[in-house]
Formats: sequence, C-alpha cells, structure tokens
Amino acid sequence: MAIQNNRLTKEQYEANFADIHPPFENKTAAQVEASRCLFCYDAPCTKSCPTHIDVPKFIKQIVTDNVKGSAHTIFTSNIMGAGCSKVCPVEKLCEGSCVFNLLDEPPIPIAKLQRYSTEKAMENNWQLFERKNSVGKKVAVVGAGPAGLSCAHVLSREGIDVTIYEKESKGGGLMTYGIAAYKVTPQFCEDEVNYITSIGGIEIKYNHELGKDITLSQLKKEFDAVYLGIGVGVARQLDIPGEKLEGVVDAIKFIYNIRANGYPSVPVGDKVAVIGMGMTAIDAATQAKRLGAKQVTMVYRRTEKEKPCTQHELDIAMLDGCEVIWLAAPQKIKGSGGKVKQLVCSVMKLGDPDASGRRSPVDTGETFTLDVDMVIKAAGQVPFEKLIKKSRLDNKNGKIVINENCATSIKGVFAGGDAVNGGKEVVDAVQAGKDGAKAILKYLAP
Amino acid sequence: MNGASQRKFIRLNVAGIILNNLQTAYSVPTENKTIMANISSNFLGIKSPNPFWLASAPPTDKKYNVLRAFEAGWGGVVWKTLGSQVKNVSSRYSAVDYGGQRVMGFNNIELISDRPLHINLKEITECVKLFPDRAMIVSLMADNDKKSWHELIKKCEDAGAMGFELNFGCPHGMTERGMGAAVGQDPEIACMVVEWVMEAATIPVITKLTPNVHSVVPTGRSVVKAGTNALSLINTIQSVTGVDLDTLVPNPYVAGKSVFGGYCGPAVKPIALKMLTTIAQDELTSKVPISGIGGVSTWKDAVEFMLLGASNVQVCTAAMKHGFRIVEDMIEGLSNWMDEKGYKTLDDFIGKSVSTITHWEDLDINYHHIAKINQDKCIHCGLCYIACEDTSHQSINLAYGKPYNTYTVKDEECVGCNLCKLVCPVDDCITMEEHRVAPEYINWIEWQKRGLPLNDH
Ligand SMILES: Cc1cc2nc3c(=O)[nH]c(=O)nc-3n(C[C@H](O)[C@H](O)[C@H](O)COP(=O)(O)OP(=O)(O)OC[C@H]3O[C@@H](n4cnc5c(N)ncnc54)[C@H](O)[C@@H]3O)c2cc1C
Ligand SMILES: Cc1cc2nc3c(=O)[nH]c(=O)nc-3n(C[C@H](O)[C@H](O)[C@H](O)COP(=O)(O)O)c2cc1C
Ligand code: SF4
Ligand code: SF4
Ligand code: SF4
Repeated sequence: MAIQNNRLTKEQYEANFADIHPPFENKTAAQVEASRCLFCYDAPCTKSCPTHIDVPKFIKQIVTDNVKGSAHTIFTSNIMGAGCSKVCPVEKLCEGSCVFNLLDEPPIPIAKLQRYSTEKAMENNWQLFERKNSVGKKVAVVGAGPAGLSCAHVLSREGIDVTIYEKESKGGGLMTYGIAAYKVTPQFCEDEVNYITSIGGIEIKYNHELGKDITLSQLKKEFDAVYLGIGVGVARQLDIPGEKLEGVVDAIKFIYNIRANGYPSVPVGDKVAVIGMGMTAIDAATQAKRLGAKQVTMVYRRTEKEKPCTQHELDIAMLDGCEVIWLAAPQKIKGSGGKVKQLVCSVMKLGDPDASGRRSPVDTGETFTLDVDMVIKAAGQVPFEKLIKKSRLDNKNGKIVINENCATSIKGVFAGGDAVNGGKEVVDAVQAGKDGAKAILKYLAP
Repeated sequence: MNGASQRKFIRLNVAGIILNNLQTAYSVPTENKTIMANISSNFLGIKSPNPFWLASAPPTDKKYNVLRAFEAGWGGVVWKTLGSQVKNVSSRYSAVDYGGQRVMGFNNIELISDRPLHINLKEITECVKLFPDRAMIVSLMADNDKKSWHELIKKCEDAGAMGFELNFGCPHGMTERGMGAAVGQDPEIACMVVEWVMEAATIPVITKLTPNVHSVVPTGRSVVKAGTNALSLINTIQSVTGVDLDTLVPNPYVAGKSVFGGYCGPAVKPIALKMLTTIAQDELTSKVPISGIGGVSTWKDAVEFMLLGASNVQVCTAAMKHGFRIVEDMIEGLSNWMDEKGYKTLDDFIGKSVSTITHWEDLDINYHHIAKINQDKCIHCGLCYIACEDTSHQSINLAYGKPYNTYTVKDEECVGCNLCKLVCPVDDCITMEEHRVAPEYINWIEWQKRGLPLNDH
C-alpha cells in the first residue's frame, strides 16, 4: 500500500476525466430538445435559477435559430452562463423544477441547451455587451472568482474602471481551482475569464494577495469602492488524533493540485477514505478513484436521508465505484512510520431532532477500523477568518456580514459570494456579484 | 390470437398466395366471438380491401412504387396523371417545418407524369395483373381538345384502368397551357371537358377539384351535371412555403428563381375538410360519392374525412414523408376504432357528421361552458393564464408560488372560448363544463326578435 502519482496512462487519465456532460452533437439535436420546452409563463425554472435566467426565452431563441440572442439572454442574467452550464447542480435548481418533472417525464436539459448557446458565443467571440464611456470612477474587486468577475462585468458595463486583485496566477476562483476536473477544463476556465473581461475596463492584477501584497485601507484610499469576493479557504480540521500523519490531505488542496498541476502529478493512495458527504467530498472521492485509487470509501456521520450532496452527485460517486459507510464518525487516524495506516470510526445512530429538525448523530460506543493509506478531509470549508478579522470586518465565524445593500461594516466596502454565504454554488456567487455591483452603483451615484 | 393481432402479423408479398391472406384479413370472420369490422371499400363498384388509396403523385408514377405500395397493403392507387409531354425542373419540393417536426406542410412544382405514355400503360397492365383486388384509377389531363381526351381514355381502358380521375386541379405548369386548375377554376370549361370524357369512358369517372377557387361548389355542380360519377378533393393549394434568408429567394430554388407551388400535407387538412363538407352538404354534389384528399396522415384523419362525407381517402404527402408502411397502422387503427364504436362496415359511419355543421345563426346561444382546471393534473406552466390574460378575457387567476404558481378560473369572467384548454399541454387538465344560461334552445334570429341584450361582455 502506498501513495503514489502517475498511476495511469495518458489515455486512461483522459478517459477518466472526460467531460461528464457532453454537449449536443449538432443543431438538430439541440433544437429537438429545445422544441420540447413549453415556454412556460413566470417559469418555475427561471424562479429556481439563482441568477433568474429567462430560461424559456433563451430556449425559444434556440428554436428560432437566434443563437446570438439566446446567448445574450443568458449572459444578461449570468455572465458565467457558460461555466454554470457545466457545473450547476441543476437537479436541485432549474431542471429540478421544470414542469416536466410533474409529468414524470425527463425535464428539459436546460444546462445542456445553455451550454449550446454560450459555447457558440465564446467560440465566435460574440461581443454582446457594450461598455458605457468611462464615468471616471474606480472600483477595486478582490478575488477573480465568480462573485468578483460578475461584479466587475456589471460595473464595467456601466462605465466604471475596475481593478481586480487576485492572489493566484489565474482567474476563475474555485471554477479554476476547485471544481471537479471532469466538469471544466483549465483551458475553458481561462477562456471564460478572457471572454468576460473582453468587454474592457477590467484589469486583473494576478499574484496580488489582500493582507500580504495590499491592504484594505490602501484599496479604500485608492478606489471609490471595494468589493470583496475572496471566497472561503481550506477544509475544516477534524480535530482528531493522527491528523498530522503523512497521507492525510485537505480535499480542497487535493483538488487544487489536480486542477493546477495536472492528473499525473497528483499522488493518490491505494485505499482512500473520504470524510464528509458534501459536494466537495463527492468530488474528492470520484477524482481519487479516477486518478487510480483501488478503493475509495466515504464515511459520513448521518444517514443517506440527511446527506448534504444531491442524489445525482451521490450517484456519480456510486457509479465510479466509491463505497459509502453511513453513520460513521472518524475518531482517530492510526499510522506507523509517520504514515497513515488505519482510520478508526465510531458507529453512530440517529438521536432526537435538533432545533433545525435534523436528527443529530449520537455515538453508540462501538467502533470499526478501515485499513487505508490516505485520508481526504472534506467536512466543510472554513472562511479566511484571520484576514477578515485583521481587516476589522464585521463577521460571523469568519463569514463576512453584509446588510441588504451588500455593504460590510466598513463604509465603501462591499462583499458577496462564498466569503459571505460560507460556500454555496457558482451560480449563487454570480448573483451575489450582480447584487454587489448594483449596490456599488447606487453608492457611487452622484 | 384475436383478430387485430392476426391482421398485424400478415406480411404481404408479390407472390400469388397473398391474395388469400388478404381476403381472410379484411373480411368478417363468422364464428369468431370478436366481430371484426369490415373495412373493405366499394367506390362506384371499384372494390378495394380498404379505403386507403394513394393519390395521383410521385408515389404512384411507376410500377416499382405501385407494387411496393400494394405489397405494403394500400387499397388502391390513382396513377400519376397521364397526358401530354412535359419536362420537369430541379429542384421541385419544399416544406414547412413546425415545432421541431419536419414537413408540416409540403409544396411542389412538379408537372404530370414525365415518363413516356406507352411505358406507363404497360406498367399499369402489369400492376393490375399482379394485384387484381386493388383499385387502379388512372389520372388524366389531356390536351384541351376532345380528340386528345378520347384517345387517352381508350388507351387507358385498354391497359386495364378500373376508373379515371380527371385532374382539374394541378395549380402550376399546366394551367399556363389551359389545363389543370385552369379547367377546374372555370365551371363551364370543366363541364365541357367532362362531357367529352363521358362520351368515351366506359368505366367510372371521378373529377378532382382544385381548391384554388373561393368555393369548390360551382365547379362541383357543373361537372356533376355534366355526368361525372364522383368527385375527389382537394388538389394542392397555391403557395410560397418560405423565403431563404441567405439567398433571399423563396423555396423551392431553381437557378435563383422560384414559382408558386402546390401546398399539401397536414397543414392543409382543415381547409380540405371544409371544402369537402361544402360538397357533402350541397344538394346536387352530395349525390355522387366523394374521395377525400388533403393532409390525410393517420387513420384518425381518414375517419374524419369519412365522417364529413368522403367514401374513401387518398394520401400523398404522408407516404412521401414516411414511406408506404404507414398504411399498416391506418388499417389497424380504423378497424379497431370501428370495433370499438360498433360499426361493421364503412357505410355505417360515412357522412355521419355532415349534418352537424350548421349555420352560425342556428347555433344555440343559451349554451354556455366554463373552463375548469384540474389541480391534480396541472403542471403550473402558466400557459392558460398568459393566453387568457394577454389575449382573451382575463378569466384566470394567478396565485404566486415559488417555484409553482396556482392557476384557477374566474367562473364569472370565463366566456368559454376554449383558448386555455387548447394551449394547455396536459391532456384533460382543463375541461369545459356545461353551464347553460337557460334550458331552452334559442338562436340568433330569435334572440334579436326578443330584443335580448347584446354586447354584454
Ligand atoms: C471542491 C468544490 C467543488 C465544487 N463544485 C461545484 C460545482 O460543481 N458546481 C458549483 O456551482 N459550485 C461548486 N463549488 C462551489 C463554487 O466553486 C463556489 O461557490 C464559487 O466558486 C464561489 O465563488 P466566489 O467568487 O465567491 O469564490 P471563489 O470561487 O472561491 O473565488 C475567490 C477568489 O478570490 C481569491 N482570493 C482569496 N483570497 C484572496 C486574497 N486574500 N487576496 C486576493 N485574492 C484572494 C481566490 O484565489 C479566488 O480566485 C465547489 C466548491 C468546491 C470547494
Ligand atoms: C409532388 C406532388 C405531385 C403531385 N402530382 C399530382 C398529379 O400529377 N396529379 C394530381 O391529380 N395530383 C397531384 N398531386 C396532388 C396530390 O394528388 C394530392 O391531391 C395532394 O398532394 C393532397 O394530398 P396530401 O395532403 O395527402 O399530399 C401531387 C402532389 C405532390 C406532392
Ligand atoms: S445558470 Fe445554472 S441554475 Fe441557472 S439556468 Fe443555467 S444551468 Fe440552470
Ligand atoms: S419549466 Fe421546463 S418546460 Fe417550462 S419553461 Fe422551464 S424548461 Fe421549459
Ligand atoms: S395550461 Fe394547463 S397545466 Fe398549464 S397552468 Fe394552465 S391548467 Fe395548468
């Protein structure tokens, strides 16, 4: 048993990480599906999209062969419409409420159609928005993730000059560094960032970290307003013995390595345990399997009913051959020679419902042991608490607190996305960026 | 094995044995407990195992096609129109697509048969010999003189034709030469040509009417007076199916130009049914049998034509889109429907709906119905709401919900127009419930006489 990289051939890696949601083969295929859409009024799908994309309208525009108009409809509500079409957990968003579900028929493949139009727009570099003449105001955006980019685009359209400070060397945020590799490629993420910023008026300063290379008070001085879209940081600590052993890794860092450095470079164990059952845990488990791990076991404290991931995501993990042990809480990690050898878990049972109505797990006193050589921690992410506290921003356990105008406790400083909500989806961050931009425009209005 | 499934498994073949199969397949089995409908048809004494004929068009223009059609089970054919020498162009067809489906409407700029007459005649003879139980009608469009008609009639009868169909309907190419629709559009010329034909023909004559007139009745009457034995309608409707947005030339494209083409297929069915009804209701034209044509694609379409007075139907576009195999379901569907309704022969229902189409002023004004939404079936698409709200009577209430709104009908406001029911995507979700204003029948004339309120909504 050993942790090791370069387990597969180039072809195997490519096959394992191929696009999980392949696009329509051609126009006819897209139009046949688009024609099924009923063009609902006050459509449930639109209401269930956090960015409120006018879904029936953009689908109808595919039918009428107005693909440019279709892309415009999508991007008007969601400038990351292309990325969202690949990464949105649509089963709990737009497609989950498509009226066809009520007929027990497959919903309209909204995301796939969204991909059809937005991909055409990016391929052909259609410039669908025009930036107004500069109004002479400057805004600093921290973080080139979905929230920051979306905010920057709306501001630029209105003639604001935007500078984005990004600590990494690439834009896109978790889109580029966090999301499963079989959903988006690095090339796509780069193209998307370029497409968004091609409107002009947006400068991205890479390798500029707030709190290290620049401070909030500096930004406040130099700019008319500041938007913080810094997301959340590393995975939560488990606070159990053995966490420092070699072979215990953070899911976010594990995925970051896959996305930033390429599949062959990322080491993975023979027998891997993944702790948690959120989207990140699923992504870590499936990608460990796809990197060549022989056995991947997910352990979760509660039962299947309480799982935070969607059924669709769990199905992906199951189909990849990952195993799941419900009602199992990690107790300690045992090692030898400084390396992980075993994961000991407590057997749990469901107790009384808590305040939120969720039944919390209680220890039965029994334990079991898994032989593993790698443990991936994916029990939630923690915010950048230190930075936020140092910047004297009002916060709740490191999550920035904002009011209904997206304003933080510091005048002229706004925030949104994962940094505020603690970690949701890309599409939520895009909406947060729009809201933030709207609030900033109001704040800057003479 | 019951009757229906027995029929389904009969595979037809050009070889001789099939004829026996056919007879057992389409006649009424005596001792069987399920009484199977007899769908055999007798049109002017011309018998066919079913009422489905192929209309005069490319599917019937040569032996190869016709034999394949007979093998597939078609009851008869109207051979592609024979007449003077022609030359076709390329391209020839275009279509209207709708809702993700191809060929809702179809148009063509083809002429009558462009094959030598002697070959057509030889092949007709061969087809009749191989399939003597199928109807073999020959469509004719001779030059505009008596002698040409008489010669053509003689040759076709000698070849074995069982009946003629006079093509007075072709809307393009031939009209310029005083033929086709040019004849059908002028009751007097049509009358003259039919008289010539009746002098020579010894077999039944059907006159095919053009829809490119404001009423088909004058020509219909005129040819019935001249002695035609039957009528058929409709031929194609002059049309432009669309303009290519790149070349800016309408379809179909011929070297940078186009011409009006004849329109047919599912899109023309409602127009064909209306024209058929006017012929079926007219005192004079209703005396002869009618062959119904125009957009027949399924057994249901066929039944509708027959309910409105057609003794049989002819099909062109549906076969051109899907091939001859569609007749299998037409046969089975018709037969099952007749069994279900208890009709034993076609005559039991032909024309049954003709009298239900009346004049507007005879309609019962006290009849009223109101839309009702079945909340268990509703999928909250809002289509009924937006249709009524934007374009009708604002009779549907929207109660906001996330993500699903609830829609209910405001009974007092609903005029019973049917719009919501028509746009609702779920079967039987919106039903129209009868709420008579008063029990007695009252029509428009009586309403006015009594000075009852007008413009009251
Ligand atoms: C493993 C994983 C899988 C996921 N899968 C999905 C999925 O399939 N679908 C989906 O919709 N969502 C998914 N998400 C969630 C989604 O990625 C986030 O909700 C979204 O990216 C949040 O956008 P954001 O702009 O708020 O933050 P981020 O995307 O985190 O962007 C923040 C940006 O700020 C930069 N930054 C941080 N601190 C500083 C600083 N001090 N100075 C300068 N720059 C800084 C970061 O480098 C980053 O570029 C996933 C998340 C994870 C962790
Ligand atoms: C390509 C084509 C050629 C046709 N040629 C003739 C013809 O030669 N003679 C004729 O009487 N009708 C002709 N028709 C009209 C058809 O017989 C028929 O009346 C019409 O298509 C309506 O039926 P449908 O809707 O089933 O197609 C032609 C139709 C088509 C599509
Ligand atoms: S952005 Fe996401 S949730 Fe919204 S419509 Fe597109 S795929 Fe659905
Ligand atoms: S709910 Fe479904 S059918 Fe209705 S508009 Fe949305 S995608 Fe189309
Ligand atoms: S059209 Fe039908 S399904 Fe749609 S909201 Fe109205 S009643 Fe419901």
